Amino acid sequence: MKEFDYRRADGVPGALALHGAAPEARFLGGGTNLVDLMKTGIERPSLLVDVRALPLDGIEATADGGLRIGATATNSDTAAHPEVRRRYPALSQALLAGASGQLRNMATVGGNLLQRTRCGYFSDATGPCNKRVPGSGCPAIEGEHRNHAILGASEHCAATHPSDMAVALAAFDAVVAYETAEGPGETPLADLYPPVGDTPHVETALPAGALITSVTLPPAPVAAASRYRKVRERASFAFAIGSVAAALEVRDGTVQDVRLAFGAVAHRPWRAQTAEEALAGGPATAEAFAAAADAELAAAEPLPDNGYKVPLMRDLVVSVLTELAEEADA
Amino acid sequence: MSPATSSTVTLTVNGEKHTVAVDHRTTLLDALRERLGLTGTKKGCDQGQCGACTVLADGRRTVSCLQLAVAAEGQEVTTIEGVADGDRLHPVQQAFLDLDGYQCGYCTPGQICSAVAVIEEHAAGWPSAATGDVRPDAGAPELTAEEIGERMSGNLCRCGAYASIVQAVAAAARTPGTEAEEATA
Amino acid sequence: MTATAEGKSAVGTARVRLEGLDKVTGAAEYAGEVDFDGLAYGHLVLSTIARGRIRAVDTDPVLTMPGVIDVWHHGNAPRLNTDFSNMLGPVDPLLALFQNDRVPHAGWPVALVVAETSEQAREAADALAVDYEPEPHDTAFRGDRPDAYTPAGQEDRSKGDIEAGLAASAVVVDAEYTTPEEYHNSMEPHAAVARWEGGRLEVVDSNQGTLLVAGDIAQLFSLDPASVRIRAEHVGGAFGNKGTRPHLVAAVMAATALQRPVRVVLTRRQMFSLVGYRPPTAQRVRLGADPDGRLRALDHQACNQTSTTNEYTELSALPARTLYDADAHRTAHRLLRLDVPTPTFMRAPGEAPGSFALESALDELAEKCGVDPIELRLRNEPEAGPLSGLPFSSRNLRACLEEGAHRFGWDDRDPRPGVRREGRWLLGTGTAAATFPSGAVPSTAAVTAEADGSFTVGVNASDVGTGARTAMALVAAEALDTDPENVRIRIADSDLGPAMIAGGSMGTRSWAWAVSAAARELRERLVPGAEVPPEGLTARSDTGAAIGALSAKERYSFAAQFAEVAVDPASGEVRVRRMLGAFATGRIVNPLTARSQFLGGMVWGLSMALHEEAARDRASGAVVGGDLAGYHIAANADVPPMEAFWVDDPDPDDPVGIKGIGEIGIVGAAAAIANAVWHATGVRHRHLPIRPDRVLAGGREAPGA
Repeated sequence: MKEFDYRRADGVPGALALHGAAPEARFLGGGTNLVDLMKTGIERPSLLVDVRALPLDGIEATADGGLRIGATATNSDTAAHPEVRRRYPALSQALLAGASGQLRNMATVGGNLLQRTRCGYFSDATGPCNKRVPGSGCPAIEGEHRNHAILGASEHCAATHPSDMAVALAAFDAVVAYETAEGPGETPLADLYPPVGDTPHVETALPAGALITSVTLPPAPVAAASRYRKVRERASFAFAIGSVAAALEVRDGTVQDVRLAFGAVAHRPWRAQTAEEALAGGPATAEAFAAAADAELAAAEPLPDNGYKVPLMRDLVVSVLTELAEEADA
Repeated sequence: MSPATSSTVTLTVNGEKHTVAVDHRTTLLDALRERLGLTGTKKGCDQGQCGACTVLADGRRTVSCLQLAVAAEGQEVTTIEGVADGDRLHPVQQAFLDLDGYQCGYCTPGQICSAVAVIEEHAAGWPSAATGDVRPDAGAPELTAEEIGERMSGNLCRCGAYASIVQAVAAAARTPGTEAEEATA
Repeated sequence: MTATAEGKSAVGTARVRLEGLDKVTGAAEYAGEVDFDGLAYGHLVLSTIARGRIRAVDTDPVLTMPGVIDVWHHGNAPRLNTDFSNMLGPVDPLLALFQNDRVPHAGWPVALVVAETSEQAREAADALAVDYEPEPHDTAFRGDRPDAYTPAGQEDRSKGDIEAGLAASAVVVDAEYTTPEEYHNSMEPHAAVARWEGGRLEVVDSNQGTLLVAGDIAQLFSLDPASVRIRAEHVGGAFGNKGTRPHLVAAVMAATALQRPVRVVLTRRQMFSLVGYRPPTAQRVRLGADPDGRLRALDHQACNQTSTTNEYTELSALPARTLYDADAHRTAHRLLRLDVPTPTFMRAPGEAPGSFALESALDELAEKCGVDPIELRLRNEPEAGPLSGLPFSSRNLRACLEEGAHRFGWDDRDPRPGVRREGRWLLGTGTAAATFPSGAVPSTAAVTAEADGSFTVGVNASDVGTGARTAMALVAAEALDTDPENVRIRIADSDLGPAMIAGGSMGTRSWAWAVSAAARELRERLVPGAEVPPEGLTARSDTGAAIGALSAKERYSFAAQFAEVAVDPASGEVRVRRMLGAFATGRIVNPLTARSQFLGGMVWGLSMALHEEAARDRASGAVVGGDLAGYHIAANADVPPMEAFWVDDPDPDDPVGIKGIGEIGIVGAAAAIANAVWHATGVRHRHLPIRPDRVLAGGREAPGA
């Protein structure tokens, strides 16, 4: 680990000022990803601006009936919050499916959104990786890519975004608010992660030096009947190989509202809009769920060893939506 | 302000204050082990992937390998050395001892710190990934073997003592703290 | 003979570990925690190429970094003696640190940086520029490569005509099985601290046998063996990877040069190239049988990778030489030399991967014959050693299979695959037989009667989590007819003298033999009324002659494994719902810790069946994701309620009746799970681990899924 300066931020403006004054500054939240990457030499900041103590950890209802989650709220507090569990249970489930109890106690909501890929080639500072060293090549595409992207990848990078939480947030149209030295801003979560293309090292659309301050979920009655299902290579404490966040409202056998997002299949949480459009107003049957999943996955371009994710995601969609439809019936 | 690469911090560990100068790179784990002589907290992976370094920070379990010591100032840290009440073992420690919830012992301090917190998290009504329905109306989950297994999964044990660990956590959860038996040695 | 008639029968009583209180309070001190005044910290630098040579090591920039004391590499390291052998064979060339410019595999140690703090050492090690001249490398393991060869000393064992036996068989199974690279990943990374003190090299290390390690260090550094003392009071897991390892050689090299204490600890990532692993295997099993399942032909061929620097054979075909007889019987091992680290012993070396192949094939035979898998095994129980013709010292596999089947509820089992469904899960059960050699290695012990009436036992055992201290206290107490509380145990110190390492399931048996012999002799000298002198009265033992006098027999432990699994064919997830192990493994010294060892082995089997696999990148020749997130071992949530029980099976030729239990828990467990997955889904999984993608690929062709 390279030597670095450390400052504890005193308020958001102070944090932005500290960050702006150093050439290679990083905001430190829970540190569960950043500190690890510093140990392996993948992150080499000159200054850490500790934002953990900023008063940004509130979770509160918005005037329009949505929910605002402060950026420094821990994953644990967010998952356990009664309003999250009541109104967006899939978000609670997604958080609880991530990492471990210890890491969830440390990790913040803002940091979770900005965590880096767990691609094994990215994590090894001694080898090539287009994310770490632009232009150095992507060994995963010819190498070990069983858990890489099937959607939205490019010939330059097939890494996936590792967050579970972000998948549920994507399903519920979350909006990310941030502050910069020039003032506040916000972006839909859907636009937070730019396309991979030939710039896989550009991982967010945030302005330079921006500090995420909160994530807002607009009101979504459908989310009260929502579910997050995660498949992984061991039963717990492992990243997803495929996951689905889904919400479904059915009336008289017809889909009134549906939300669907996929995890571990792309460089970002993958909102399955094509599938949602295929389902809206149609029958809530297993056949319709499968057809909608197929429509979404028609765009999949698997690599030689990750083609299993296509049927996996299709079956997950059918399984989760069927469960939700049956529960709506009951 | 000129950049500094070390700071003098006051760490509060097991109720005692320690003022030490730390390299900013020093993790809380290394500060405990190398600077404060509290080697009960173990380094298994140094990457947050095994849980051997679990401590309680302000009562919550965290992995001390990913916590910078300089950032731990102001927290009340409890390590395995501070879990017992003097010579009286914590019920979790007693249960691990009695039920052989370990073999080589290297993951054990982390398992025990984690288990202490698991019992409290459960008592606070926190759901887990093993909880069928996380909605508050569904009520608090029972601390079944499946719930314990999920909640303890952040602590790897290569000796494979999991079955006894689950039994030990369940036994400790049933034991009121005041009834912990005296240490036998 | 098991115990003195008036003994307290301490052996066989459940005892909490003697060091248990230290372990649950954090007081137990492991090697990386020993603090000496003036300690310096070493960090190894590993090669980033898989084959080639080092052109240059640019030490100057690193030597000016804060706190850096010195850097060793092939250009300046002291010469080591690397021409010797120990009980495990020729010295591992990996221990010849920095002796030349060759790089034979990725992650080869090329330099050591020593600094005042661990942070400084690590940063300097990361910054050290090493210029390589890479050469093309080959890390592609496959079982069918023509350059596989038969290792010396591991020639094929056979009787009868395999091809004729297969041709004459009504039912034939011919299948290939593979197991991947697997890593021990003891929770405690390798750590050592070394210093010179009063003319002696004093070392605290994490290892499985202090005298073995001390001998290696004395040889490497050309030291008088008496001047080397190595201790290993607490060892945070080993499983075969804690022999003499490069971290210790590095610590001794720097401590000697600097004449100050040096600690070297490996990182988790470094454990993926410096401390050995279980090699990937490719195995072909051919079984020929009569319609009733009686074997006529058994052929087990196993191939594994080894390195270019050293030869290691994973003896996967061994279980076939013990478990089943057939008129035509052949077992064979092949090796492939690749540009990879040298594999090593890992819990049940040979038996773990070998039993997966053999016991899966037996299940396939049961399916083809329409015979119950338990019954099939009972029908093929041999009377004597299949190849040797020698009698078994004891063989209670039948009892394990029958009693295990009864307790597991096997009797009601519907043999049809793919017919039990519970929600999204398909359910199935599976079984496998298991065996592991029982042996003892000559060892010494000293038992002292103290003036205060207590006893002190000194035996150079290593407690890697087995409960060795407690077991020795029970063994000594029984032989001395005293309470275990009255016995102090000293272990894991090379000054204690020769004793078996903690390995091969032979530690407890070998040590117990020596301890009981010394204790019995002491007891005879403690005539009633005799005064014990202030310095105490000591009896010593050496079991060499007694072990050498053992008659030739087939000496093995046996077991039967049972598993129930649930498989979601839509997601590919496999969950083990319960496991039961039935063991015939000699007399059980401490039921509390023995249960833990059996269950721990079964967890290893579960982990091997479903999770463990290191991916080696062809382009770089290195493991991808070499850490505990990239290499999965079973987590708590993967492990269901499981039980182990044992049948009465004292070894008639062992003074305590012990056979050894450290490894048999894993043997057969992966096969039982794979067989249960077949029973659940109708799909055979012949390649480990049984990952979701493999279940998904198989599930789409499955008749019942």
